Amino acid sequence: MAKLKKLEDFRDEIDQCVKCGGCRAHCPAFGAEKHEGRVARGKIALADSLLRGDVDLEEKFLLDMSQCLLCGSCYAQCPNKVHTEDIVAATRREIANRKGLSTFGKGVGTILKNQGVMNLLAKGGGAFSKLLFKKIPDQSGLRLRFPAPFISSDRTLPPLTAKPFRERVPEMIPGDPDMPTVLFFTGCGINYMYPESGEALLKALKFIGVTVLIPKDQVCCGLPAVSAGAAATVESLAEENLPVFQKNSYDYIVTACASCHSGLTQIYPGMGDEFGDLKEKVKDIFVFLVEHGFTEKLAALPQRDNPIRVTYHDPCHLRNHGITKEPREILKALPQVDYVEMENAGTCCGLGGTYSVYHYDTSKKIGAKKAGFIAESGAELVATDCPGCIMQLQDSINHADEKQRAVHILDLVADVLPE
Amino acid sequence: MFDQNIIAKLQQISGKDQVLTDTADLICYSYDATQKQYRPDVVVHPGSVEEVSQIMQLANETKTPVFPRGAGTGFTGGSVPIAGGIVLGLTRLDKILEIDEENLVATIEPGVVTEDFQKTVEKVGLFYPPDPASLKVSTMGGNVAECAGGPRCVKYGVTKDYIIGLEIVTPTGDIIKTGGPTMKGVVGYDLTKLICGSEGTLAVITKIIVKLLPKPEAKKTMLVLFDSIDGAAQAVSAIIRGKIIPTTLEFLDARTLECVRNATDLDVPDAAHAVLLIEVDGDREFLDKQVQKISQIVQPLGVVETRIAETPAESEALWQIRRSISASLRQVNPDKFNEDICVPRSKVPDMIRKIEQIADKYQIPIVNFGHAGDGNIHVNIMIDGKIPGEEEKAEKAIVEVFEGALELGGTMSGEHGVGIMKAPFISLELSDSVVDYMKTIKRALDPNNILNPGKIFPSDR
Repeated sequence: MAKLKKLEDFRDEIDQCVKCGGCRAHCPAFGAEKHEGRVARGKIALADSLLRGDVDLEEKFLLDMSQCLLCGSCYAQCPNKVHTEDIVAATRREIANRKGLSTFGKGVGTILKNQGVMNLLAKGGGAFSKLLFKKIPDQSGLRLRFPAPFISSDRTLPPLTAKPFRERVPEMIPGDPDMPTVLFFTGCGINYMYPESGEALLKALKFIGVTVLIPKDQVCCGLPAVSAGAAATVESLAEENLPVFQKNSYDYIVTACASCHSGLTQIYPGMGDEFGDLKEKVKDIFVFLVEHGFTEKLAALPQRDNPIRVTYHDPCHLRNHGITKEPREILKALPQVDYVEMENAGTCCGLGGTYSVYHYDTSKKIGAKKAGFIAESGAELVATDCPGCIMQLQDSINHADEKQRAVHILDLVADVLPE
Repeated sequence: MFDQNIIAKLQQISGKDQVLTDTADLICYSYDATQKQYRPDVVVHPGSVEEVSQIMQLANETKTPVFPRGAGTGFTGGSVPIAGGIVLGLTRLDKILEIDEENLVATIEPGVVTEDFQKTVEKVGLFYPPDPASLKVSTMGGNVAECAGGPRCVKYGVTKDYIIGLEIVTPTGDIIKTGGPTMKGVVGYDLTKLICGSEGTLAVITKIIVKLLPKPEAKKTMLVLFDSIDGAAQAVSAIIRGKIIPTTLEFLDARTLECVRNATDLDVPDAAHAVLLIEVDGDREFLDKQVQKISQIVQPLGVVETRIAETPAESEALWQIRRSISASLRQVNPDKFNEDICVPRSKVPDMIRKIEQIADKYQIPIVNFGHAGDGNIHVNIMIDGKIPGEEEKAEKAIVEVFEGALELGGTMSGEHGVGIMKAPFISLELSDSVVDYMKTIKRALDPNNILNPGKIFPSDR
């Protein structure tokens, strides 16, 4: 049985925080709202107080715990390597456990209950038409990310596709028998919003002769539900994905979504031994491509005239796992790309799972900073490796009245490969 | 029960949004890097000096304790509200008001983050040297109140050497100015220096006038590994005798190196029992010569290996050993008593030997590193607080470390201050008449003992 850790299981981790306050320099939420309750050190003190029974689940406590993007920026810089993002997620589960899901974060629980959401959607408040939203399973992370009644009308969103990615492609695309076989874990972003990026991935893998499995029965990784504190949802999604991982035969699982990568390699392995080998099996697509000679193949393509100036945004969920070199390597090898590094490429875009839904104002402030760095870089395109980031980056750029476009690196890769 | 009228008046002064009373908020302002927690009754974040003044008048009239706070990164509890009352958060006062490039002076508010200030002045070719380890988050107000130091202080001096004027609010609510933007000034007592390092017990700092230097053109980093601490310590004296004052002269002792070796995959040869991390700065053309000269000076002193960084990336790689200490120590034991004694720099090896004896006597790991160039040693007593008796042992060891430093002509604290952590030991270093002298000043300025009470002097508590 897949089981997420409880808050009390984090006792030792909580004690590891020595309150040095170093996180104040790196937390995007604290950077936008200078309150100690926003920053990792404050949240750990609060989680500790909750475990000790020194604080109730009062409004301010819930607010502070909701004000975290789970981006792990604090972890990346923490001298004692305290996983505050895991502690906050566990605290949210604890809140849900004690008070019920619906009391947390203006009603995340409501969204989980399908009927309720559908009714609200039917009232027509959302960014999506009822018809399209119907195609998304009840438990998909997208439902948590876009709970229609709460989505700000101010937000620009990509259109949902009429035909999801997994319905467009066969479950197996054979390649060169000497090359490895991979299972493509598509994630909801690519499946419902950016299917062309999924197709680009297939094109890239075909280019080097890799056999690809795209099982139709895979479901959401559950990361947005982690963000929402919905333990049961995460656990049931993991259990649904488990047979997909077990019954198929492949060498690696590849992802083209930083959040899915984090879900499979950081969250799942903590839920039971049966998920233990995911840490080794799951590879970000660019890590996989670099390891399989893709860079050299790109470099051999003829350089294009008038290259496009492109910069890269590090998704938190790759940066935290040390994946920063490979996406850049691919970008720099692309014949149509003039790569430029932006300042603060590694800071959070401000999306943070369900964060931007409930704290859109703060999320916008964080996004505005990022949009500024993108503009200063002089790039025409900001490329990244996470559908969530792409969505947030584009929204931030639009709000800043800038002209750049946010794209998946895979889209740029597909442009230069033969049909 | 805290007087609700005080809360209402604070709300009138600074606005409802700036006054926090919910339990969750009070928890978040209850601690600093000592990890000691004391919950205040209310937290207020004033937006102007006038508000600070009104808050102090209110506190003085109602005899309510006030605890000024910056980023809460102190190591001795200087900002911790040990008597409840009001936490006075100064982080909203975070403007750099003026950078005067003609007079090399800047005027700033106390909530400005140290590194932000440094980066801002560096953009116009100026330089603010003090660099406490917490500079990415610590505030300038806190730095002044604690007289923060840092690695660069060997060459450039500490915070008080750069503060030439202040605007402060007295414990009774008066707004006064001390010093000013001139490089000289001897009219009356030097109140600016009195406030620097007074740990928030004499005044609330609301404006700071800072002296700046031209930014050095370049710097160069080298790492020298020695076969003994004596070699490293002699190297420090020899370098300075050679008329070179490096910007930074950091050392790591054998036990620290062992921790780093065990906890990281950094390249620390077994033969190395002490390390000096040396940085020189100045005109680019002189740096190679200086590094060469240092290499020559230290060569006969048991050098195992010398590494010289040619690029910023290589320099950062050399710093990795120093930066990895904090996390590495945690692998020895979970709890750390972090002291920061300072001895004359020639006495560093004597002090290290004393500390090794103390560690052996109490059978607890003590690891030492820090600023060899100015004799400021970070003594880390590593224990597991969950084991009964360990904490008592550590406390006894700390007293012996303090006594050892004092015997060598040193001090209990080079940088961190007294706060609540060292208050019980202050009489080891200061005679009764000195303490009386200080307390007379405190009583005269803060007759109701409302401003950061219980800090520095133990009996006030």
